Amino acid sequence: MIIGPNAMTDKEALFTYCLRRGDDNLILSHRLGEWCGHGPQLEEDIALANRALDLIGQARNYLQYAGTVEGKGRTEDDLAYLRDERHFVNVKLVELPNADYAHTMARNFLFDAWHLPLQQALTKSADAQLAAIAAKAVKEISYQLKTSGEWMIRFGDGTEESHRRAQTALDDLWTYTGELFVTDEVDAVLVKAGIVPEMAPIKAAFDATVGRVLAEATLKRPADGFMMSGGRQGKHSEHLGFMLAEMQYLQRAYPGAKW
Amino acid sequence: MSENPNNWPLWEIFIQSKRGLDHKHVGSLHATDAQMAIENARDVYTRRQEGQSIWVVPAGAISASQPDDAAMLFDPADDKTYRHPTFYQMPEGAKFI
Repeated sequence: MIIGPNAMTDKEALFTYCLRRGDDNLILSHRLGEWCGHGPQLEEDIALANRALDLIGQARNYLQYAGTVEGKGRTEDDLAYLRDERHFVNVKLVELPNADYAHTMARNFLFDAWHLPLQQALTKSADAQLAAIAAKAVKEISYQLKTSGEWMIRFGDGTEESHRRAQTALDDLWTYTGELFVTDEVDAVLVKAGIVPEMAPIKAAFDATVGRVLAEATLKRPADGFMMSGGRQGKHSEHLGFMLAEMQYLQRAYPGAKW
Repeated sequence: MSENPNNWPLWEIFIQSKRGLDHKHVGSLHATDAQMAIENARDVYTRRQEGQSIWVVPAGAISASQPDDAAMLFDPADDKTYRHPTFYQMPEGAKFI
């Protein structure tokens, strides 16, 4: 923990930062979990469920740590199941409803292309806990990016229909990618303390990955235009509320219920 | 197997559990190509630390003996007990043969 004149600010920033990382993973994991039993092939169904579980594991690490940093006795479950929509700070990209499989894989790919360089950089965090969480996550995300990238190539360089669906998905999702790179005072405080990395190299790595994969996939990178934002401040699309209603139902209806 | 044209090709999966051991057949799965077969095998067959190496083989590339031929192929070995190395005197002092 950082000790200094602005210790409170650092602590609050770290809490919010952990929530953001945790919420991205938790919400995307839930969307992927919705595919369970509906995958296009048994093998893909299992692969997506595995990936969802990897993301849940990462979300737990971040939400546990957020609770510790906050110091008010909130557990990972409190943070996941008892916060309201306006207190979730995930990007809007991950809360969008599932569409077709190309949409799911394109979202995974765009998320992974940002997530991997971010987590790689976080392994060098001055905060030992963040570094440890990242070190574990990097192995999982490396595999996730490899497979989501291969799916983009298969779709793009596949049939006319798969190409069209993949391009449509990219075009629809692109406006949600800008938010991945938006930084505010939370990041500024932590960057200064050496706890989190600068965003510019992460963006460069994202651009390189997207460029390389889309070129091989014969897909077109959409133009950077208007970008959605607001998720990091708790302003979400209408979709998140419906998802939380389902995700949190049990704990809301039967508070404290345990397996 | 179903002949549904929408089905992806079938692959036979072999997993090596530890370095130095042989790759054992663990089952089969569908995939569009070898790379996807390896990745699917990773997700289907190594979730609980079962392996450290994966082989995938197109199911169609395996030639199998016919069950109907079993009698011809295997029964003749039944009375050839001399093929087992059990007719030798153990040399004095040899513990492991």
